[in-house]
Amino acid sequence: MKILVCISCVPDTTSKINFKENDTVFDDQGVQFVINPNDEFGLTRAIWFKEKVGASVDVLHVGQASAEPTLRKALAIGADKAIRIDTHAVDAFVVADQISNYLQANPYDLIIAGRESIDYNGSMVPGLVAAKSDIAFVNTCVQLEIDGSIATATREMDGGMELLNVELPLIIGSQKGLVEETDLRIPNMRGIMQARQKPLEVVPAVESQSKSAIQNFEKPTPKAAVKLIPADDIDQLIDLLQNEAKVL
Amino acid sequence: MSILLFVESQQRKLKKGSTELSSYGFALAKQQNTTFTIVTINCEDADKLANYGASKLINLKLSTKHFEAHAYATALAEIATKENAKIILISSSADAKYMGGILAGKLQAGYVTNIVGLPVSNDPLTVKRSVFSNKAFANTILPSAINIIGLSNNVHEEISQNSSTAVEHQDVQTTAKCTQASLEQSEGKATIADADVVVSGGRGLKGPENWGLIEDLADILGAATACSKPVSDMGWRPHSEHVGQTGKPVATNLYIAVGISGAIQHIAGVNASKIKVVINTDPEAPFFKAADYGIVGDAFEVLPKLTEKLKART
Ligand SMILES: Cc1cc2nc3c(=O)[nH]c(=O)nc-3n(C[C@H](O)[C@H](O)[C@H](O)COP(=O)(O)OP(=O)(O)OC[C@H]3O[C@@H](n4cnc5c(N)ncnc54)[C@H](O)[C@@H]3O)c2cc1C
Ligand SMILES: Nc1ncnc2c1ncn2[C@@H]1O[C@H](COP(=O)(O)O)[C@@H](O)[C@H]1O
Repeated sequence: MKILVCISCVPDTTSKINFKENDTVFDDQGVQFVINPNDEFGLTRAIWFKEKVGASVDVLHVGQASAEPTLRKALAIGADKAIRIDTHAVDAFVVADQISNYLQANPYDLIIAGRESIDYNGSMVPGLVAAKSDIAFVNTCVQLEIDGSIATATREMDGGMELLNVELPLIIGSQKGLVEETDLRIPNMRGIMQARQKPLEVVPAVESQSKSAIQNFEKPTPKAAVKLIPADDIDQLIDLLQNEAKVL
Repeated sequence: MSILLFVESQQRKLKKGSTELSSYGFALAKQQNTTFTIVTINCEDADKLANYGASKLINLKLSTKHFEAHAYATALAEIATKENAKIILISSSADAKYMGGILAGKLQAGYVTNIVGLPVSNDPLTVKRSVFSNKAFANTILPSAINIIGLSNNVHEEISQNSSTAVEHQDVQTTAKCTQASLEQSEGKATIADADVVVSGGRGLKGPENWGLIEDLADILGAATACSKPVSDMGWRPHSEHVGQTGKPVATNLYIAVGISGAIQHIAGVNASKIKVVINTDPEAPFFKAADYGIVGDAFEVLPKLTEKLKART
């Protein structure tokens, strides 16, 4: 089985979010970039398949050379090969076009993407790839088993779970649950050494068109200070929620 | 040009939030100086949307009986083309986000998720969306001829109109790519996605055996229950209750956080909620900075009292 894990590199969750150039560009100064957490859950499941049932695991990123340390980390965790499609990933449409184009020449049985990137929260890339490449897609996937050419996937919905049977090739949107937090791997010295020898291919991008452009960013208006209510005056809290906030 | 609005149903009944979405559709059509069509799929009570000012109300009867993202996207792409829709409006539910990308790919349309209000400009179409888990907004230009926009929860008022649009039914043959083997759905219970109130517990509750305190309060408020990440990592609560930047987003009217410190990743995911109440023994807990109302106190004392007083009120 051939598995491709699509990786987006995002600011570490503790990053301060600031903008520059008149609030038109994200300010990445001092920001540490990491594998998107949703993708890391997917990558960990992919490596599980590799170790338990036999599979090859490639990771793919659409973007610039600055992401290569993150791709090396994916190799150190256990992926076999990394691919970087060399372009400026301006939006989900550009990313999806590049991934679909790559898939045409390089078919995979299972393509794993994240449910969303935690930076721009788009939740768009895997669905776009599924439509462009005409392959089945299961989003918010929290369980995945594969038997021959049939996948059994559990999808988390609002207020429930759905078990789906689907034929490969398949693209999933992964998230926590697909593996547990404790299954995540921290690269060890051996993995890091091996990663240096593993292939990281840089592939030229094909022409593709963005369909959105960020004009500028805004920060939310700072909120008023909290109103503290004494612990023995619950009536006051209820009164405020009912009559001031009007949420009861 | 016209606007197409997809309103979801569940077990053949309109989902909560459908009237808010319809009200937004009306306001959007007015702003864009055009009309709008509401589309439902396999829905039995679409007539409840008769008075939201749509020029058409179409219920598609799909041969695929339940929600299947590929079949739904195919059917919606067809009707959007037939109706010459230039803007397609969908919600932010798990199903809508699942289907949205497929639909955009099929129509070669532009697409943005998490928009928080009416377009800030019409020419070119520019919308404000939430990014960086509510830490910022991005005004985003959509240059394509057709665009899909996904509306965040709880951002628009509900306003009905003096209309009485009749429901038309259309049969559509579709094929599914995924076969549903089983479905497990908590019926009648509020979900984190659509509840008006969410009661959330953190490590301060000490252990899963104490969750009755959270559940009792949630019951009396008709609220959904949620938790912080470590609580789900330790298996005290199911993953589906984990909220925050790497869990489910919460955009509710009232979010009550009990025994949750308010780490940056937690707040990022719940900050879109209108009113936040924090109950925590530590006056220095960072969550108080993001809260509207706070009680510095012990959950084990405050929660039973709060639940009891709310019970007495009803
Ligand atoms: C990459 C990454 C992603 C993350 N994503 C998320 C996410 O999506 N969601 C999330 O929640 N976290 C997330 N976290 C974890 C986050 O950093 C915090 O560790 C977590 O939110 C803390 O959970 P907590 O508030 O329940 O526990 P703690 O931080 O331990 O806080 C417990 C609180 O309970 C209070 N308390 C103790 N006893 C009582 C009592 N009797 N009554 C009332 N209060 C009491 C304490 O004063 C304390 O403030 C993420 C972390 C990382 C690194
Ligand atoms: N630049 C990128 N390169 C490769 N994969 C990406 C990229 N951006 C997004 N993805 C994948 O698409 C998923 C959803 O991203 P998004 O649509 O941006 O929320 C991510 O979790 C990744 O798996």
